[in-house]
Amino acid sequence: MAKETKEKEPKQPMPPIGAWGPAVALGWLIPGAGHLLLKKTGRGVLLLLAVTGMFLCGLMMRGAMFHPQSGDLLTTLINTGGFVGDICSGLLYLLSVWLGYNQPDMAGAVHDYGTKFLVTAGLLNLLALVDVFEIAAGRKD
Amino acid sequence: MPKMNLSHFEAAVLFSLFTSVVLGVVTKQNDRDRLHYGIYVFICFVVALFGLGWLMYLGHG
Repeated sequence: MAKETKEKEPKQPMPPIGAWGPAVALGWLIPGAGHLLLKKTGRGVLLLLAVTGMFLCGLMMRGAMFHPQSGDLLTTLINTGGFVGDICSGLLYLLSVWLGYNQPDMAGAVHDYGTKFLVTAGLLNLLALVDVFEIAAGRKD
Repeated sequence: MPKMNLSHFEAAVLFSLFTSVVLGVVTKQNDRDRLHYGIYVFICFVVALFGLGWLMYLGHG
């Protein structure tokens, strides 16, 4: 049996929720705001512009929002995953739903791109949230 | 809300641009590396876009 050449990194302790909770919650609600709260202004503004820009482009392309659906595995995976992606946009998603945005899923390349833009905006915000967590926990500058 | 009508290419480039910005911002440790990585990812997206475009064109016959 080959020897394990790579040493395992020691597991870092979980920081207290008070250190990262508010920044992560704010970052979820308003993309980039978590970075702004942690005084990372340049990065926060870039994230705000990129995620919000992507979400607005998705709306202007009349993309559809996902709703959780059960059925076969693929349907469940796509719709639930898409719904989680949409929700990760935070206030952008909540506002658009509250203001009555309800675009049905239609055939067409532009609509399809719009749907992907909406989901990806949320997933990019999720990446930003991980970054906020690492900064707030002191694991990253 | 105005309606946006983009071609495949325009939509894909816009997608690449937004995604590259975020990946650049969250991935690296300093601003110089972030800028370089963002540009690198954007170029990779565009190269893949043209590569896949040609592949589909040639594969379609």
